[in-house]
Amino acid sequence: MSVLRKIMTAVRGGAREVGELIVDANGTRIFEQEIQDAETHLRKAKQDLTDVMAKQMQAGRKVESLKKDIGEHEGFTVQALEKGNEELALEIAEKIAQLEADLVEQEEVHKSFSGHVVRLKDLVKKTERQLKEYQRQLSMVKTTESVQKASAAITDNFASSNSKIISAKDSLERIKERQQNTFDRLAAAEQLEGENSDKGLDEKMKAAGIGGGDDKSANAVLDRIKAKQA
Amino acid sequence: MNIEDLAMRISDLSSFDGYQLDCQPIPGEVEVLQITVGDFDELPTYVSVSDTQILCITYLFTEDEVNAERRTEMLEEMLELNIPIPLSSFSKIGDRYVIFGALSNNSGIEDICHEIITLTENAAESISALEDFLS
Repeated sequence: MSVLRKIMTAVRGGAREVGELIVDANGTRIFEQEIQDAETHLRKAKQDLTDVMAKQMQAGRKVESLKKDIGEHEGFTVQALEKGNEELALEIAEKIAQLEADLVEQEEVHKSFSGHVVRLKDLVKKTERQLKEYQRQLSMVKTTESVQKASAAITDNFASSNSKIISAKDSLERIKERQQNTFDRLAAAEQLEGENSDKGLDEKMKAAGIGGGDDKSANAVLDRIKAKQA
Repeated sequence: MNIEDLAMRISDLSSFDGYQLDCQPIPGEVEVLQITVGDFDELPTYVSVSDTQILCITYLFTEDEVNAERRTEMLEEMLELNIPIPLSSFSKIGDRYVIFGALSNNSGIEDICHEIITLTENAAESISALEDFLS
């Protein structure tokens, strides 16, 4: 069952300790410990992996150097044969046989380390994926628990402070009223300021048709032209 | 950032974006900060800090307030509004409908204040939009 589905069931059932129901009888703490242990294992596995990879590289280098040695000695054998020194050629050939035996052994070692590396890399990847999955689940469970506990604290606070829980509509109404008040106060202040300045006087005079000589409206211009025509 | 840090830093700011922010800690198993924005006294935001995120929640209304006949219609409306509402989403805790926003634990004080103000404005806006479904 997915962790979200478990959370859903637990919350529907009214559980307060969601962690206990979902993760472990001991809640999220044990789960956190398990994640920590997995992290330690992962670190160890990565260390092992680097060690094995180093050994793999060493074995690879040995294989290369043995192959080079064998090639060189084959050349020496040819040279000895060319010089007619069969005895020396045989001696060199014996050395080659020994090098080839070493090569087979080193190649075996290299192959074994390579197999090890593949397996360890696979293990590290799997552990990392598992760990991420655990962390994601834990985070969901912990968030659910935290929200439930926070919600309980808020509800308790409401109850203890005796504050009346009013409906959303009433809340909105009160907020709107308060905002309107603030707005009205600002408008009144602006008006008061206007009245106290010359601007207020000018406006009053203009309204009374006094001092409106500089009326530059289109109508005024038209009236003037019409008057000239008459 | 933990709750104490947050409370101190919000108190230090006299106002943010033209709004006065008031905060008050609420005791409990999980530390919660109650923050009110400007004139929105009735719609406080509750902030809690966890390992991974800062959660800001504002309560909208209770199940009792919802007009039972139009409940499904309202729920669908809320689902559809979830995307257009900037930074906030609807949810439900117990029998209370809420609007919430989550922030990274590494968010700066300005991001947090911005979130709280947006959430409060969204809360008022949402109640206004869903008013017809409420009794």
